[in-house]
Amino acid sequence: MSEIEQVPVSMTVNGKKVQRFVEPRTLLIHFLREELNLTGPHIGCETSHCGACTVEVDGMSVKSCTLFAVQANGAELTTIEGMANADGTLSALQEGFRQMHGLQCGFCTPGMILRAHTLLKETPNPTEEEIRMGISGNLCRCTGYQNIVKAIQYAAAKLNGTDFQEAAE
Amino acid sequence: MNDMTPTREQREAALEGMGCKRKRVEDIRFTQGKGQYVDDLKLPGMVFGDFVRSPYAHAKITKIDATEALKIPGVIAVLTAEDLKGVNLAWMPTLAGDVQMVLADGKVLYQNQEVAFVVAENRYIADDAIQVVEVEYEELPVLTDPFKSMDPDAPVLRPDLEGKTEGAHGPRKHHNHIFTWEVGDKDETAKAFSEADVTIKELISYHRTHPSPLETCQCVASMDKVTGELSVWGTFQAPHVIRTVASLLSTIPEHKIHVIAPDIGGGFGNKVGAYPGYICAIVATIVTGVPVKWVEDRMENLSTTSFARDYHMTAEIAAKNDGTVTGLKVHVLADHGGFDACADPSKWPAGFFNIVTGSYDFPAAHLAVDGVYTNKAPGGVAYRCSFRVTEAAYCIERAMDILAQKLGMDPADLRMKNFVKPEQFPYQSALGWEYDSGDYHTAMQKAMDTLGYRELRAEQKAKQEAFQRGETREIMGIGISFFTEIVGAGPSKNCDILGVAMFDSAEIRVHPTGSVISRMGTKSQGQGHETTWAQIIATEIGIPAADIMVEEGNTDTAPYGLGTYGSRSTPVAGAAIALAARKIRNKAQMIAAHMLEVSEYDLEWDIDGFQVKGNPQARKSMKEIAWAAYHAPPPGMEPGLEAVSYYDPPNMTYPFGAYFCVMDIDVDTGVAKTRRFYALDDCGTRINPMIIEGQVHGGLTEAFAIAMGQEIRYDEMGNVLGASFMDFFLPTAVETPHWETDYTVTPSPHHPIGAKGVGESPNVGGVPAFSNAVNDAFQFLGSTHIQMPHDAWRIWQAAKDLGAHG
Ligand code: FES
Ligand code: FES
Repeated sequence: MSEIEQVPVSMTVNGKKVQRFVEPRTLLIHFLREELNLTGPHIGCETSHCGACTVEVDGMSVKSCTLFAVQANGAELTTIEGMANADGTLSALQEGFRQMHGLQCGFCTPGMILRAHTLLKETPNPTEEEIRMGISGNLCRCTGYQNIVKAIQYAAAKLNGTDFQEAAE
Repeated sequence: MNDMTPTREQREAALEGMGCKRKRVEDIRFTQGKGQYVDDLKLPGMVFGDFVRSPYAHAKITKIDATEALKIPGVIAVLTAEDLKGVNLAWMPTLAGDVQMVLADGKVLYQNQEVAFVVAENRYIADDAIQVVEVEYEELPVLTDPFKSMDPDAPVLRPDLEGKTEGAHGPRKHHNHIFTWEVGDKDETAKAFSEADVTIKELISYHRTHPSPLETCQCVASMDKVTGELSVWGTFQAPHVIRTVASLLSTIPEHKIHVIAPDIGGGFGNKVGAYPGYICAIVATIVTGVPVKWVEDRMENLSTTSFARDYHMTAEIAAKNDGTVTGLKVHVLADHGGFDACADPSKWPAGFFNIVTGSYDFPAAHLAVDGVYTNKAPGGVAYRCSFRVTEAAYCIERAMDILAQKLGMDPADLRMKNFVKPEQFPYQSALGWEYDSGDYHTAMQKAMDTLGYRELRAEQKAKQEAFQRGETREIMGIGISFFTEIVGAGPSKNCDILGVAMFDSAEIRVHPTGSVISRMGTKSQGQGHETTWAQIIATEIGIPAADIMVEEGNTDTAPYGLGTYGSRSTPVAGAAIALAARKIRNKAQMIAAHMLEVSEYDLEWDIDGFQVKGNPQARKSMKEIAWAAYHAPPPGMEPGLEAVSYYDPPNMTYPFGAYFCVMDIDVDTGVAKTRRFYALDDCGTRINPMIIEGQVHGGLTEAFAIAMGQEIRYDEMGNVLGASFMDFFLPTAVETPHWETDYTVTPSPHHPIGAKGVGESPNVGGVPAFSNAVNDAFQFLGSTHIQMPHDAWRIWQAAKDLGAHG
C-alpha cells in the first residue's frame, strides 16, 4: 500500500483560522482532537450514534465523527473550547449544567452542551418535550437526562432574561 | 458580639459539609471540555495499537502471517501469542482464579477474541494493517447455550484444563464446568419444603448485557528504557490493583511502575478488570521503547471487554397459607463465556449472590451456583452492582411476586408480612450475612402512601375489567421492588482480590494556611468524589470544602486502596476519610489546648474549631490551629498536621429501598409506557443529596435499559448480535421515564459516619420494579413469568401467546 497523499484543509475554529494538511480520510473528530489538540469533543462510538463528538459547523449541530475533515473545509466551527464567555466565565449553558447537576463523568457533556447551544438558537424557548427530542441524538450513560433537561431550561431562562422555575418533583 | 461575627449557622454553611447540596468541583473543567481522559493524552513519539480479532466463535488457528501488514509504511510490529510466550504473557490470570489468553494461543473461544496486536504510527495505519494480517482458522463446533455446556457430548472448550478435576473453587464435574458454589442448610430447607402449604418454582433468567460506559476501555503505556520505569495511564476503576498485577506479571518492581487513572468517562464495572489491550500495550512499549496507546472502539467494547449477568436462576419458595415464607431454594446456572473473568472478591465465585434472601425473614435457605463455559466473551462483571447482587435482587423480587400470585395475596402485603423486622437487626440471614440496620416497614409504607397504592390497584382492576369487556386494549402493571443490597466490600476476614485485603485508605494533610490536600485509594468515574470526599473532611475538621483538594488515581502519590466499584467507596474509603480526619482533629485538640493554656479535656468541638467549655469566647479555629501546628507546636509534639488511615470495615453495609413502577401497556403493539417511577432509597447518612439524586437517576436509567431491551445476544454460530449502538439499547432522553426520588435514613451502626453507599441501588432495585410491572400487567391473563428483556416485540409476543390478541 502506498502512502496516501495529504490535502490542504482550512477552517475557522472557535474564531481562529486554522490550516493543515491531512489525509482525505481523516475524520473531523480526529482532526480536531489530534491535529488541533481540541480534546473537548469526545469519541464514544465513531458510528454517529452517541453524540459525544458533537460540534457546531456553520450553525448546525454535527457529529464530527460523521464528517471528514475535508468536508468542513472553509466552515466555521464551534467546539466546547469556544463556549465560555469572553471573560472566561462559564456561559449560561455551562453554568446550567453545573447548577442543575447535569453531568457526572463529563464524557457526554461537551457534545451535550454543543447540541443544546444550537438547539437554543433554533428554539429559544423550548418545552421539556422539545428539549428531550432535541437532544435525542446525544447519549448519556450517567445522568438519566432529567437534570440535563433542567440545565437546558436553566440556560434558556437565563438567556431569555426570565426566571428559572424548577418543576416540582 | 459585633454584627460581623458569623453565626453558628453561617459558619456551618460556610463549610459546605455533609448534607449540603454542594455543587461539583469537577464540573468546572468538564463543562469546558478540559477533563483529562486517557485518549486526550499525547506523548512524544507515541504510537497506536489495535487488534486483529477472530470472526469465529470457536476455531483452531493454523497460521498467522503478518508479512503483508509489516510491509505497510508506518507499521512497527505485529505481536502474536508466540511473541508473548517469550515474556510469559500469552496467558494471564483472571480475578476469578482462571487463566485467560491475552492473544489467541492456538485457538479462539469467542467471536472478536484478540488474535494479534498491530502497532503502527497512527490509528488509521493500524487499521489498514489489521485488514491484511492473514489468519487461517479451522472451525470447531460452537457452544452458546449454557444449558448444553455440560452435555456429555458437548465440545471441549478449554483443552488447557484437560484432566484438571479441581478448579479454583473446588471440584469440576465436566470439561466445561468451572465451579459449584453452595451455601446454606440443604436439609433444613428440604424440611421446610416438605412441610410447606404452598410452594412455587420458576426459572428466572437475567440475560447477558454490558455496562457500556460512554468512554470505552483504553490506556497509554510508556516504558523508559533508561530508568527501567513503566508508566501506564488507563481507564482503571482500581488503579492500585492494576499496578500490583502489572508488577507480578511483568516482574518489574512495583515502585518502578507508575499507574495513573486520569478522568474516567464512566465505568459501571467495565473498568475493573485487566484486559488483553492493557497487557499488549505494555508489552509493545517494552519491545518498541516508545509510548503505545490502545483505545477500544465501541464494537470491541460491547463484544469483548466484560459482560454482565447471564444468570439462569431456578427459584423455589416454601410458604404457609397465610403467606409466611418458610424456605428458599435457588439453583443458578452461570454462563461465564470462554474464560471465567468474573470480577469478584477472590473467595466469592458467584459474588454475594447469597444475599438472595433479600429483605425477607427466611428461616431456611439453600443456594447452589454452577459456573460453566460457553463460546461467548469472558467476564461476569458487576455492572453497577456489588457482585451479583442485582441478579439476586431480581431473583427474589420476581419470586415473591410469583408467590403472591399463587397465594392470591397482594404483593405489597406479602412483602410487609415477611420483612425482617426493625427489632431483628443486626439480622443473621439464613445464607450467612449479618444485615447491619434497616426499617423496611416504614420505607414501604411511605412509598405506598406517597403513590396511593391501594387506589392504583383499584384503577388496575377497573382497567382489567374494561379490557375483558373489550372496551380498551391497554392494560396496567404495578411493579414493586423492595431490595436489600450488600455493599462495601469488604472486611478482610472474607474479602480480598488476589490476596490483597479489600480495605481502603485516605491521607489528609492540613497545610500551614489551613488548606488541605487529601488523597484516597478510590477512583471516581463520575461519582463526584472530589466534591463529596471534601464534604466529609469539612464536617470532621471544620475547614471549608472549598479549601480541600481531593486527588485520586495516581498510584505514586495516593495511599494504596482497592478502588471504586461495588458501591464500596463510601462504605470503605468514606470511613477511612472520616477516621483520618478524626486523627487530625485529635491532634488539633492538643494543639488548641496548648494555645489556650487549658487541658485538652476542657475543650469542646464547635463546627470549625475548639472552644473552652462554658467559655465560647476562648476558642481557636482550625485555621489558627493549623498555623500553630507548623509554627509553634506544643513542646515534645511532632510538628505538622497530617494523618493516614487504612480502614478494614467490620461488616458490609446494607442499603435498601422501595421502588414502584406504574406502567401502561398497549397489548396490540407491545409498547410499554412508564407512567410513574418512584424510588425511595435508604442509604444511611446522606453526604450530598444532589449527588445521591443524580446517582439514582442514572442508575434507574440503566435499570430501565436493561429491563426493557438492552441485551448482548448470540446466534447459534456464536455471532454476537447487538454489539453496536445501533442495536444495543441505550435509552435517549425521549424514552427515558421521569424519575421521582424519596428517602428514609437508617444509618449504618458500624460506619463512622453512618453512610451506606447508594450508587448501585437504583440498578439493583430498578430492574425488578420494571420487570414486575410488565409481569404484573399480564398476570390476570394467566401469565406467571415473562422473561426479560421486555422490549415491545417480546411484550407483543407474550400478549399473543396469552391469547390477548383475540
Ligand atoms: S463518536 Fe461521534 S457520534 Fe459517537
Ligand atoms: S455524564 Fe457520563 S455520559 Fe453523560
